[in-house]
Amino acid sequence: MSIAKYYLIKIVIAGLATLAVLWIMTPFVIAILYAFTNPSDYYSPNVILPLRYTFEHVQKLLALGATKAIINSVVVALMTIGLSFLLGLPAGYAFARYIFPGKDSLKLFIVSLRMFPIMVIAVPLVTLYIRLGLSDTPLGVALAHTAMALPFVIVITSSIFAGVPKELEEAALIFGLDRKGAFMRITMPLALPGLAAAAIFTFIMSWNEVFIASVLTLTNRTLPAFILTSAMAAPDFIKFAAGFIMILPAMIFVFIARRYLITMWGITLR
Amino acid sequence: MVDVHLKNIVKKFGKTIAVNGITLDIKDGEFIVLLGPSGCGKTTTLRVIAGLEKPDEGHVFFGDREVTYLPPRERNVSMVFQSYAIWPHMTVYDNIAFPLKIKKVPREEIDKKVKWAAELLQISELLNRYPHQLSGGQRQRVAVARAIVVEPDVLLMDEPLSNLDALLRVKMRSELKKLQRRIKVTTIYVTHDQVEAMTMGDRIAVMNAGKIMQVGTSEEIYLKPRNIFVAGFVGSPQMNFFEASVRIEDKNVFLDAEDFTITLEGDFSEPLKNYDGKTVIVGIRPEHMYPLDLIASREKTSEIEGTIDFVEALGSDTIVHINTGSMIIVMKISGAHHYKIGSKIRVALDLRHIHIFDKATEKAII
Repeated sequence: MSIAKYYLIKIVIAGLATLAVLWIMTPFVIAILYAFTNPSDYYSPNVILPLRYTFEHVQKLLALGATKAIINSVVVALMTIGLSFLLGLPAGYAFARYIFPGKDSLKLFIVSLRMFPIMVIAVPLVTLYIRLGLSDTPLGVALAHTAMALPFVIVITSSIFAGVPKELEEAALIFGLDRKGAFMRITMPLALPGLAAAAIFTFIMSWNEVFIASVLTLTNRTLPAFILTSAMAAPDFIKFAAGFIMILPAMIFVFIARRYLITMWGITLR
Repeated sequence: MVDVHLKNIVKKFGKTIAVNGITLDIKDGEFIVLLGPSGCGKTTTLRVIAGLEKPDEGHVFFGDREVTYLPPRERNVSMVFQSYAIWPHMTVYDNIAFPLKIKKVPREEIDKKVKWAAELLQISELLNRYPHQLSGGQRQRVAVARAIVVEPDVLLMDEPLSNLDALLRVKMRSELKKLQRRIKVTTIYVTHDQVEAMTMGDRIAVMNAGKIMQVGTSEEIYLKPRNIFVAGFVGSPQMNFFEASVRIEDKNVFLDAEDFTITLEGDFSEPLKNYDGKTVIVGIRPEHMYPLDLIASREKTSEIEGTIDFVEALGSDTIVHINTGSMIIVMKISGAHHYKIGSKIRVALDLRHIHIFDKATEKAII
C-alpha cells in the first residue's frame, strides 16, 4: 500500500469518527449551552454563540417542582432496577443453566410481552391502580416499568450467566459450597460487569419513560412526565433547561455504572 | 483416605446411556486411571463419584459409607477440572485458601496449609497474582494445590493435563504421580491419552461405550488385552488385526489369512480346539514383528512376506507399512533403518505375543 493511500484511509477513518462524535455530542452541547443562555442572547439574531449565562431557567424549573420530580424519577428507576433484578436474575440464571421442557418457547413468550402496546392497557391499568391504591405512587410507576424492563433483564442476564463457565460453580460445589453459596460467591461477582450493563439499561429505560408515568401519576410526577406537562408550553430556553435536567442524572449514573462494564479481573464477559 | 466402590452405576442423559453398569473397586491410596475414547462415559463416571451427577442406578461407597446421593460438599472429595476452574476473581492465595475458609479452618492454619501446598507445587511466588496473570501450566498447579490443600479422601482429576503443551505435559505427569505417592490420596484420574494412563496409573480401567472393558496394570492391559477394543485402543501404532480361519492338523494349528498362513506350534491347539474351521480375528502388535535379516533367534516365530508400501522414519523408530496383497500390516522396529518403497520384505511374527479373538464376542481366546 502506498503511503498516500495509507494516510488517505487514516483521514477518512478520522473524519468518520469525528462525524459520529459530532452526531452524538451536538444535541448535548446545544441543550446544555442554551439551558444557561440569557434570554436576550437566545433571541438576538446577531448572537450565535451566547456569551452571557444564567442559572435562572434551571432554578425556575427546580422551584416549579422539578426537584421533587427528579427525586421521584430516581426512586422509581432504582425500584425498577431492584424489582426487575429480583425477578429477572433467577429467571435469567435458570435459562442459562438448566434444561427444561418449553424453555425456548417460554423465552420467546417473555420477549414477546414487549410487543403488547402499552396504550391499550393504559386505561385498565389506571382503574386497577386506583382500586389497589397504587395510582399516583412511585411504587405504581416502578411496577409498570418493571413489567416493561423485565423481559430484557431476563434475556440479558441469561446470556451473562451463560458466560460464566459452569465448572467454576461446580468447583465451588466440590470445595464446600451449596448451590446458593456458589451463586452468591462465585457467579455473582463474575457476572457483575454484565449486570451493571443490565442495570444501566433498566435505569435509562425507566428514566426516559414518559407515557405510563404521565398516565399513572398526577402529583407524584416523574421527571419526564413533569417536563411534558409543565415545560413544554414554556419558552425554548426553559425546554433546554428541562433537557439539561433530564440528561444530567442519567449521565452521572452511566458514568458510575460504566466502571463495572469494562474488563474486571482480567476477563471480559458479554 | 478411603477405598472407593462403584456398584453397577448407570447414568442416562435423556435417551443416551452415558454409563452402563460400571462396577469398580478402588483400593485405598491407589492411583486408578479411567482410560477411553471421548464419549465413553469416563468423565460422567468421575462426576458421579464427585456428586456432580446423580446416578440413575447403582451405588457409590467411600469405605463403608454410602455417598450416592450426598451433595459434593459432604463427600470430602476434591477435583481438578480439565479447564482448571480456578476462580478468576480471586488471587492464587485466595483460590487455594477458599475451600478451607468455607470449612471455617482457623486463619493461621489456613495460612500454613496454603503455604505447604504452594511449596509442594512450586507456586509460592505466585500467591498474590490473579489467575489471568498466570500461564496454563501455572494455573494447572494452582488447581492441583487447591485440590490437595483440603486433604481430601478422594482426589478426582478430569483430563488435567490435556490443555498443556507436550513438554509440560510430560513433566507434570511425573510430578503429579510423585505428588500422589507422597500424600497417598486415593486418586481417580480420567484421560483419553494412553501414554498418560500407562505411565501414571497403578491400575487402568479401559472404558468404551459406558462399560469397563478391562481393569489391570499397564503391563496386563498391554500384554494381555481381554478383547479387541482394549487391544486396539492401547498401543501405538495400533495392533494389526486380520481375519483368519483356524485349521488344526494333528497338533499343529494353522491360521489361514487371505494372503498368508501363520503356523502355530502345538501348545495353541488346546485353547483353539473349538475353533477348528472357524474364522477368528488375529492381532499382533507392530513392535512384535521383525525383519528376518535383523533377528538372531527364530524360535516361536512365523513368517510373512510382502512389499514395502510406506515407511515412517521417526529416528528412534522406523515404522514400516507392508502390503501383503490385500492388506497392510504395520511393523515397528527400533532404530533408523533404510527401506526402499516397493521392495520385498520378509518378516517374522513373534508368536509369544500373538492375540487371537473370537469374531463374534470380540473376546480374547489367547
